[in-house]
Amino acid sequence: MSGANREILRLEGIRKSYNVGTPVEAEVLHGVDLSLDEGEFAALIGPSGSGKSTLLNTVGLLERPTGGRLFIRGREIGGLDEAGLTELRGRTIGFVFQFHHLIPAFTALENVMMPMLIDRGAPDAPMRERAAWLLEQVGLAAAAAKKPAELSGGMQQRVAIARSLAMNPPLVLADEPTGNLDTHTADEIFELLRRFNAESRTAFLIVTHDPRLAARCDRRIELVDGQIVEAKGPPWPVD
Amino acid sequence: MRFEWIVATRFLREGRMQTALILGGTAVGVAVILFITALINSLQVSLATRTLNTQAHIVVRPPDDAASRALAPADASVAARVEARAQRLRSIDQWEAVFRRLEGTARVTAVSPVVSGSGTALRGNANRAIALFGIEPERYVRIVKITDFMVAGEFRVSPGNAVIGVELAADLGATVGDRIRVTTPEGGNDVFLVTGLFDLGVKDVNKRWALVPLKTAQALLALPGGVTNVDLTVDDIFAAEEVARLIEGGTGLKAESWMAINTQLLAAFDNQTMTTRVIRAFVVLIVALGIASVLVVSVVQKQKEIGILRAMGASPGRIMRVFLIQGAIVGTAGAVVGSAVAAAMVAVAKRVLLAEDGTPLITGGIEPYMLAGGALVALATGLLAAVAPARRAAKLDPVQAIRG
Ligand SMILES: Nc1ncnc2c1ncn2[C@@H]1O[C@H](COP(=O)(O)OP(=O)(O)OP(=O)(O)O)[C@@H](O)[C@H]1O
Ligand SMILES: [Mg+2]
Repeated sequence: MSGANREILRLEGIRKSYNVGTPVEAEVLHGVDLSLDEGEFAALIGPSGSGKSTLLNTVGLLERPTGGRLFIRGREIGGLDEAGLTELRGRTIGFVFQFHHLIPAFTALENVMMPMLIDRGAPDAPMRERAAWLLEQVGLAAAAAKKPAELSGGMQQRVAIARSLAMNPPLVLADEPTGNLDTHTADEIFELLRRFNAESRTAFLIVTHDPRLAARCDRRIELVDGQIVEAKGPPWPVD
Repeated sequence: MRFEWIVATRFLREGRMQTALILGGTAVGVAVILFITALINSLQVSLATRTLNTQAHIVVRPPDDAASRALAPADASVAARVEARAQRLRSIDQWEAVFRRLEGTARVTAVSPVVSGSGTALRGNANRAIALFGIEPERYVRIVKITDFMVAGEFRVSPGNAVIGVELAADLGATVGDRIRVTTPEGGNDVFLVTGLFDLGVKDVNKRWALVPLKTAQALLALPGGVTNVDLTVDDIFAAEEVARLIEGGTGLKAESWMAINTQLLAAFDNQTMTTRVIRAFVVLIVALGIASVLVVSVVQKQKEIGILRAMGASPGRIMRVFLIQGAIVGTAGAVVGSAVAAAMVAVAKRVLLAEDGTPLITGGIEPYMLAGGALVALATGLLAAVAPARRAAKLDPVQAIRG
């Protein structure tokens, strides 16, 4: 684990069309080339409808690309079947969504345990300890036994971040994680992501509409009409 | 499987109202099925038992002996049968060997040799056609429980003594302690002291039956050492026909079960059984539809959660199992609650549902096999009902669920 800049993700000419074979077939991604290294902290920006969520879901193995090749840690995923994709997704990718997306029937602690429970099948003490530790890291140790409905939006998003890190994944994908929060809370959440990134080798790919936050990322990847227009390094021109 | 169980139970607990509703529906369904089954079983057993008060479960007699059917007399054709007999009575060849063989036959609980034929009973100016039975009393009471039906005197069938039907006694103007004369077409002629009167609840039996010792009847009917039939009981009355077929196959004798004789009663039982089966099928169907519809709604409500679980690495198969388990849990829990409800219903029915004579209509309770059967059916119903919703959940596109 010594080598810096080990590649975690590579996309070669990734295309994604919807409604393939129907009159309303539409290509959303027109050949995306992109790579992401271990530990990178990147923003994915672009106008609404440009395909950011589509790209994120494709990278997150929730959707199969209709063209091109996708590598996760150097491994081409095209040859994997549904079960293989599911397992790879569970072990290598953490998700943070805009609308928090916690499971209401479970407590904060149980929500954080869920990826580990899915992976290992049955709950155990280390699982519980790790979930409690993660909740502590996001400042929610006291809310462990609370159900999502009892938490504020910002607290729910912190739980979701803790959950995305449960399996200690090499890559976390966040689709507008602060989109639904006030500015102050959004800053806090962003700082949390930065801190985890600094403390681990986990790479983050964060979709955001907020130029202030994008400016604070190491790297900005801009998607325009389904193609990458990349701007490197700060400062990023705020329009 | 722990993950699936945890999520399934949590989903059920979260949807408290829905869960309570399907649980209630399933429990009512199971209770109805168990109660109907217990009721019909009781009715059939009590009807059959009443019929079998006067009948052996199986009568074994010489092959192709159509005439000597006097031993199946529980209906109005008794007189006709007795009178129709013109030929000589026939004995079962080597009946002692047959007797021992029947005693050792599986499921047979009692065996009694009988010699039977027709005769005339006389007292003073009165005379009546009778069905004469020569019996070994200790054995015979294990076939037909005459001792339970004595209305006068006692059940004492010994040389010179006879026990007769209460109406026959009345017709002859005789009572306990009186003497009657019995003659037969075979030229037999003897006098008996009436030691007891019975009332078996069947007019023809009460009007015609006269029970005398085996040896005496053999002499009267000119069948020294012979028996016209061997009467049997079996451990399960509804297995009688099956056992009769086995005996026929094994001995070459004719074996007639009470079921073959009382075809109308059995046809009525079959109809009842058919009807309850249809009712049960409909109840199962309704329960299945109830479970399925609630689970379908639950899948739609939980689309987002399902999408999240899939994003976090849960395979479609595991999502499917989450919902199958919910169906199984609802079915099983419904069976447990339903069984308790059914037991309570039976307990109440035993006090409330009474026959004309004041005895409860439901005699038997809910048997373990019924509980096991009910639980199995409920479990299978819950599982099957959950298949469609579970498949729907498994096929859900996680992206759609998450984007929504
Ligand atoms: N399942 C689908 N079927 C058809 N078209 C789709 C589907 N999902 C997305 N699209 C289309 O693909 C395009 C890109 O959508 P996407 O959600 O990826 O954009 P986005 O960049 O995330 O936008 P936003 O900033 O509004 O979230 C849009 O035109 C959208 O209508
Ligand atoms: Mg989007």
